[in-house]
Amino acid sequence: MSKLYTGAEIVFKCLEDQDVEFIFGYPGGAVLPIYDELKNHSSIKHILVRHEQGAGHAAEGYARSSGKPGIVLVTSGPGATNVVTALTDAYMDSVPLVCISGQVPTHLIGTDAFQECDTTGITRPCTKHNWLIKDIKDLSKTLHEAFRVATTGRPGPVLVDIPKDIQFAKIGYSKPKIQKKLNGKSLNHFSQKEIDELIDLMNKSKKPIIYSGGGVINSGPEASEALRELVQLTGFPITSTLQGLGAYPGDDNQFLGMLGMHGTYEANNAMHDCDLLINIGARFDDRITGKIDEFSPKSKKVHIDIDPSSINKIIKVDLALVGDVKIVLENVTKTLKKNSIDLKQSNKQKISQWWEQIQKWRTKNSLHFKNSDETIKPQHAVQRLYELTKDKDTFITTEVGQHQMWAAQHYKFNKPNRWMTSGGLGTMGYGLPAAVGVQIAHPKKLVIDIAGEASVLMTMQEMSTAVQYNLPIKIFILNNQYMGMVRQWQELLHEKNYSESYSEALPDFIKLAEAYGCKGIIAEKPNDLDEKITEMLQFDGPVIFDCRVDPNENCFPMIPSGKAHNQMILGPDEKEENKITGKGKSLV
Amino acid sequence: MTNPKSAYSVSTKKEKSDTHIIVVWVDNETGVLARVVGLFSGRGYNIESLAVAEVDAKKNISRITIVTTGTPQVVDQIKLQLKKLVPVHKVADFKRNDKSVIFKEMALFKIVGNENKIKQAIKACKKYNAVLLDKTKKSKVIQVTALRREIDKMTKNLKKFGLVSVSRTGAVAMTRGEKIFN
Repeated sequence: MSKLYTGAEIVFKCLEDQDVEFIFGYPGGAVLPIYDELKNHSSIKHILVRHEQGAGHAAEGYARSSGKPGIVLVTSGPGATNVVTALTDAYMDSVPLVCISGQVPTHLIGTDAFQECDTTGITRPCTKHNWLIKDIKDLSKTLHEAFRVATTGRPGPVLVDIPKDIQFAKIGYSKPKIQKKLNGKSLNHFSQKEIDELIDLMNKSKKPIIYSGGGVINSGPEASEALRELVQLTGFPITSTLQGLGAYPGDDNQFLGMLGMHGTYEANNAMHDCDLLINIGARFDDRITGKIDEFSPKSKKVHIDIDPSSINKIIKVDLALVGDVKIVLENVTKTLKKNSIDLKQSNKQKISQWWEQIQKWRTKNSLHFKNSDETIKPQHAVQRLYELTKDKDTFITTEVGQHQMWAAQHYKFNKPNRWMTSGGLGTMGYGLPAAVGVQIAHPKKLVIDIAGEASVLMTMQEMSTAVQYNLPIKIFILNNQYMGMVRQWQELLHEKNYSESYSEALPDFIKLAEAYGCKGIIAEKPNDLDEKITEMLQFDGPVIFDCRVDPNENCFPMIPSGKAHNQMILGPDEKEENKITGKGKSLV
Repeated sequence: MTNPKSAYSVSTKKEKSDTHIIVVWVDNETGVLARVVGLFSGRGYNIESLAVAEVDAKKNISRITIVTTGTPQVVDQIKLQLKKLVPVHKVADFKRNDKSVIFKEMALFKIVGNENKIKQAIKACKKYNAVLLDKTKKSKVIQVTALRREIDKMTKNLKKFGLVSVSRTGAVAMTRGEKIFN
């Protein structure tokens, strides 16, 4: 008879077989048997967070920057409900997480026991799938299945709820068998015929544009390679969504910058006027499309995505290739080369006018801002940060708001997996714990959270985690004392009635840093900025950097809600004629 | 029909809504119905009726039949989103006016009243495969199987004959002929 293991031991056996190195978690009554078992498994290191939401975001940062699934371990009841925000965030941004939650013992389920909640019920709409283990026999099979679901297809979070009695129960363990295909959910549905159709469209196009997204990052570094090769072969202009930044080098001439609500003038106008739009691993999110009826009206649209439900969800497309971005793109470039179709040469004439037009848009210099000698402009701060860190292999996380958009606009990413931001859910408080997770995955690398002072206070307690594990994360706060994006919208939509968007009593971030046992730096004048940033970079340990920026600066360019791509506001002087009216006012 | 899209992307183009019968084969496990129904409510899709039962005890397969209304784009989304659920095996979709598919609903009517009225009630039910399930001097329970709109009509008509209670199922569907859906 084979050796018997407890449920808690089986949890670790599974994690070991899945090559898990780190767990982000927080103990509690219903997971104590699992925590008790931790000491016997030296290959797995537990990172103790200060709030379960932090565990979730840290695991997201870990996953996004490493390409491996992030593991979260929380207790029942409040432990599970606290992680819901992070699970939803991961679901929206397609980040693979495996969350293990404790549950009250099976005989108490449904009795409103202490720290009981319907965890699988609560997390059902924010996970790809979840399981409540009612029988120890199902535990190992389910855990391995959980990893498979989280990491295959369009990645996402899953949750396994394990009652305390199951953690104590004993059973044998066998290693996972070769994966079976589940319910016929295969990933690649495209055919060579569709590839040929795409190439035909590319040949005919006079005004093409490639619009790439987070799917390229999720498909792995080779997908970014394939994308770069395709762009190079075709000579087409490329723009990227927020999540896709880094898949294509941000400083390359064929890159038009980010598109969408705060995207560049050239990217959005190119999207509007193009005759061929190739969406690679993006999902026509509402931040990208603007007004649906006027979205890219003259173009043939191609959509490459691993998730069939993304096709035709928002925008009807002419050609859909369902599959892993990497595989699809490699097939496209292979076919291009095989037929020795050198689009760059043959198309040069055809699309040269298109490039001329794009150059004209570029001269608008839409990311321009009026710099100042008196106050630090937030855009300037991000630009200086970029200049001083671009030679290092830097990982950037952000919170959510104006600072996030400035970071996306002014920090240029040249590699995938270097940019971690909450795009879909827009979770304030994401960046700091995410930076913790990124630093865990890349202990020797420079990790900076470009933050806003309002966002960062939502999960500030994780500085304590950073100090405990000697994680030298740099929290670069663009402190404008406002919830900047809220204020900006109040300015545009509500006659500058800044209802509750000003933070009256902010903490002294220097003292706060010292209280946590890390370093605090403050920069108040543009002249000091470089010196202070250098001081931050040279300090070997976590830093909170309080960068006092102009409190009235707004994030431009901007597509006002309810408007189309070619109706951008370029700067503060322009907004009168482009006022948001009627229906647009009710949109988010 | 509620619009499932974000407010930012309100489309001014209106497409025509159609009634569809969606058949879903799922693993019969805890919470599977909640997953399917939650998908509909969470994304703002409409459920007109629902019928679910295990159809293969050995393989643990349940068959869920959902009647829904939506534009072609919404119905496509429903199918694609359903297919993403882990316990879902396959999804079939039929238009309500599809002649190659049989749709049936069952209803129980309780009629209370004098003999004459009950007689008229039974007569009215006759063409819908009426079966008398229970009879007392003052009451009858009649089972009918028919289409939704026929049962709707019957429910209205029988009021005057002493209909006091109605219980009805959701629609179930099956293709005609020897073909099965795969």
